[in-house]
Amino acid sequence: MDVLVIGAGMVGAACAYYCAAAGLRVGVVERGAVASGTTSGGEGNILVSDKEPGAELDLALLSVRLWASLGERFGADRFELQAKGGVVVARTAAAATGLADLAARQRACGVDAVDVSSAELASLEPNLTRDVVGGAHYPQDMQVQPMLAAAELLRQARSLGATVHTGTSVIGFTRGGVRTSAGEMSARWVVNAAGTWGGEIAALAGAPVPILPRRGFVLVTEPLPTVMRHKVYSADYVANVASDDAGLETSVVVEGTSAGTVLIGASRERVGFDRHVSLPVLRRLAAEAVALFPFLAEVNLLRGYLGFRPYCPDHLPVIGQDPRVPGLVHACGHEGAGIGLSAATGHLIAQTLTGATPDLDLAPFRPDRFAREVVG
Amino acid sequence: MSFSFAGKEIVFGAGQSVGAALIAAGYRSWRTTRHDGAPRGVFCGIGVCFDCLVVVNGRPNQRACLTEARDGDEIEPQEGTGHAHLAC
Repeated sequence: MDVLVIGAGMVGAACAYYCAAAGLRVGVVERGAVASGTTSGGEGNILVSDKEPGAELDLALLSVRLWASLGERFGADRFELQAKGGVVVARTAAAATGLADLAARQRACGVDAVDVSSAELASLEPNLTRDVVGGAHYPQDMQVQPMLAAAELLRQARSLGATVHTGTSVIGFTRGGVRTSAGEMSARWVVNAAGTWGGEIAALAGAPVPILPRRGFVLVTEPLPTVMRHKVYSADYVANVASDDAGLETSVVVEGTSAGTVLIGASRERVGFDRHVSLPVLRRLAAEAVALFPFLAEVNLLRGYLGFRPYCPDHLPVIGQDPRVPGLVHACGHEGAGIGLSAATGHLIAQTLTGATPDLDLAPFRPDRFAREVVG
Repeated sequence: MSFSFAGKEIVFGAGQSVGAALIAAGYRSWRTTRHDGAPRGVFCGIGVCFDCLVVVNGRPNQRACLTEARDGDEIEPQEGTGHAHLAC
């Protein structure tokens, strides 16, 4: 085959689909089930609003266009793709100033960002607290059900001839492919789309990249009618996303889903792959959500879940061919933005492997950009 | 001791849950799903599945399997989300 993708999560599925659509012969290996790893802990954000101008924002802008066309092609309802837009809320004067500055710089890069007053916030989101200073509306932000989307893109890839091998672990690399728990597989290119475990795969291949887990919890409410129309989050979310703090950070992100449940994120902690539930973190998320949407105090939670974001020290993903190991290609390390950025990542990988000129310069994402001491 | 369920008197013993009392009284389902109108009653019986929801003294979305019955409770079938007034 031409391309062997390691990982059947959202990014691996997008790589498989775009490569198959470009005429390449594609195989996918996944040690668990489809979307059972990094993707299963996601919230389904497709955001331009939380990105500072730069390479990641360019990737996000390309991705929102691609997601819209995936929705048109395959049926947005099949994976609950909703172009609902995002609303960012500032609750202090300082946060409002910072948000207005960010929105202005984003507009200069082609983001549709509209400054909104506290009165306009109330009409955009009637159930929102009135204790707000201002905000911004981002019509390009979208939401998707990540597991359904990964499954749909794999289904489409298979209809184009791709094969998907779940329950199959990669245990080593060979000269022309990989050794797996089900035997050797050969391919001209091997794509590392192993999400938070991308660092382990890279190390197996002899080309380390510094990808580490950043834990997050999400709370799930009982089903509700439409109680919020957009993805709504507090302005300090952007600062937390870009933060290098190892300790607990929370900044509330709230959105309704097609099923009626409301999802409440987002916490960030660097605690390795610790899967223990942390009640203090859940309490803090709930309290912040109630501060934003007071009615939530009367709503029951059904459950919570956790996931591990794959982060790199510079908060940029690793995308493209690895000059250290011919045939090795990376598509991982997207931190908390992998669902949103998956479409552009798959598209760019397919362009790279078919010899086309990529729509974006991949230099900021190159796998060998990290200093030797960082990768150990 | 007894509570009312949809206007009918349900007799129960001390410590019994609403769900257990309803089953003992012959009920197998007491609400329908929001989209397909399919019948639902106790499924897991341990508070996980949220299938056995009832309205207890005006409070919606209470799990019958975890709710201890009290004398004089007024219990109604749960239909819809119980939060329709929040729709926007």
